[in-house]
Amino acid sequence: MKRRFPIFSTLIVLLAAAYFLIPLFAAFEFSLHMKRGYLSFAAYRSVFHSDEFISTLTFSAVASFAAILLGAILVVPTAYWVRLRLPKLRPVVEFLSLLPLIIPPVVLVFGHLRLFGTGSFLPLTMSEMGTNILLVMGYVILSLPYMFRAVDNGMAAIDIATLTEAAESLGASRWRTIVDIIFPNVRSAIVSGAFLTFSISLGEFVLASLLNRPAFGPYMVQLGQDRAYEPAALAIMSFALTWLLMAAMQAFANRKPGQRLLPRIRSSASTSKAQ
Amino acid sequence: MTAIPDGTTTDLSSPEQRPGRASPRAARGRWDWLGVLPYFAFLTLFLIWPVFYLVSGAFQDQAGHFTFQNILDLSSPSIATSYWLSIRLSFASAAIGTVTGTLLAYALILGGMPKWLRNAVTTFSGVASNFAGVPLAFAFIATFGRLGLVTVVLRDAFGFNLYATGFSLFSFWGLALTYLYFQMPLMLLVITPAMEGLRTEWREAAESLGASPFQFWRMVGAPVLAPSVLGCFLLLFANAFGTLATVIALTGSNFSVVPILLFQQIRGNVLYNPNLGYALALGMIFIMIFSNTLYLVLRSRAERWQK
Repeated sequence: MKRRFPIFSTLIVLLAAAYFLIPLFAAFEFSLHMKRGYLSFAAYRSVFHSDEFISTLTFSAVASFAAILLGAILVVPTAYWVRLRLPKLRPVVEFLSLLPLIIPPVVLVFGHLRLFGTGSFLPLTMSEMGTNILLVMGYVILSLPYMFRAVDNGMAAIDIATLTEAAESLGASRWRTIVDIIFPNVRSAIVSGAFLTFSISLGEFVLASLLNRPAFGPYMVQLGQDRAYEPAALAIMSFALTWLLMAAMQAFANRKPGQRLLPRIRSSASTSKAQ
Repeated sequence: MTAIPDGTTTDLSSPEQRPGRASPRAARGRWDWLGVLPYFAFLTLFLIWPVFYLVSGAFQDQAGHFTFQNILDLSSPSIATSYWLSIRLSFASAAIGTVTGTLLAYALILGGMPKWLRNAVTTFSGVASNFAGVPLAFAFIATFGRLGLVTVVLRDAFGFNLYATGFSLFSFWGLALTYLYFQMPLMLLVITPAMEGLRTEWREAAESLGASPFQFWRMVGAPVLAPSVLGCFLLLFANAFGTLATVIALTGSNFSVVPILLFQQIRGNVLYNPNLGYALALGMIFIMIFSNTLYLVLRSRAERWQK
């Protein structure tokens, strides 16, 4: 069927493109104007040379890695066990994993501060280490919906029952089966969930700020109040990082267990050509 | 392979048929729940109990007695204003996001745009819907702030002073405009399956019966899409309602939507009543549950057409 040139659709797409691209261009353009009279990357240099930038980014990166590790340890055995032995419990487990989408972060941290505050049964907020632990627990909760979905999809793609029976018949213990058989088979699913967790918690502001942690989110807000050009530079870098993390997440989410590296690169190259 | 006796092979394929294994299986089954204990324990300790603590606190006075007073106090002017502002802002940003996102999805999926463009926009949407919070606010300050690119270009090239019209990035419509950056992509992503479910056969059938494009949309397209669009609108509403970091990065904490009020209450008990703070949190949870549940109901209704 031949169609006229789609004027209406083209117009919509152009307007949307303008809306999405102009802020990125504006932030980039603005970030280059730190030195009066000529364009330079001075704002980026200034950001990277700040000790606080390095220390807060490091802190948040460590907290994010801890959350990823803990999230994986929590979710992988659970998702495996539920699929293998307790399929009736799956709706409950899945529903619980989605709850953090309903509870706003500010409410979650409010509850944490009250329940684990001074004079409670587990006064985590009394020590610095305790507060750090609480922050990581919060990040595990915030990323749980994404981590669970990623891992559960990964489990769906492999034949858990057969793999388990094969491992058992060869004499593997339950623990060994999970660590040596299941874990490697859902590794790319875990990595996919990990990238999303990382993108959620690296620049997270609410939990870090209310728990008074020297994290990257509160640092960015402070920088926004003190400086003009560095925030624009941060926005650009942060967008680039989000893009990288999402691309990595996609690449790993679509990867099948045991798939080799070469076809994966080729397939991701064909999608990136489409961009 | 020849070394494996026949008995082992049957054992592998159908273990239940061997009478000897039946009883240990049953014994293990009784302890199966232990495997999910860590998961439930973790969620109870760090999600359910803290939330329950707030909810029960909302129904207690400061001496710990049961009361509905905190819930009633939510209607006091300062708090009611916050809720009203939050609801209006979430509604406006969700409405704009729904309309623009649906139009964009229409243009990309049904509007005859090339496939590569559609893939590009979808990929970009995945990124943009995750690009929220503080950096997004910075990008918009550089665009629509007083010295932002768009503001300056409009002023210098067109003689149009954006801020003289009453617009400010740091006010209601400025926030709505900023939210759109993650709302429109989210809308595009969640409405795409429904839009793809509008089959070409239906349009062809309508055309062959003599229907105009308008008639097709009024009598087929719109009714089929309506539950999805409405459901996604509620998802966007909830998404905007919980937004906090973007608001703080844009306005400090001057713009008192509900999350900001709660943020300040946690910082310094600005309501002078901890239990009223719990009630504030309860109100947020209630609105989130309400819109998310309705979203799920409408989505399951919409999926009838996508089989």
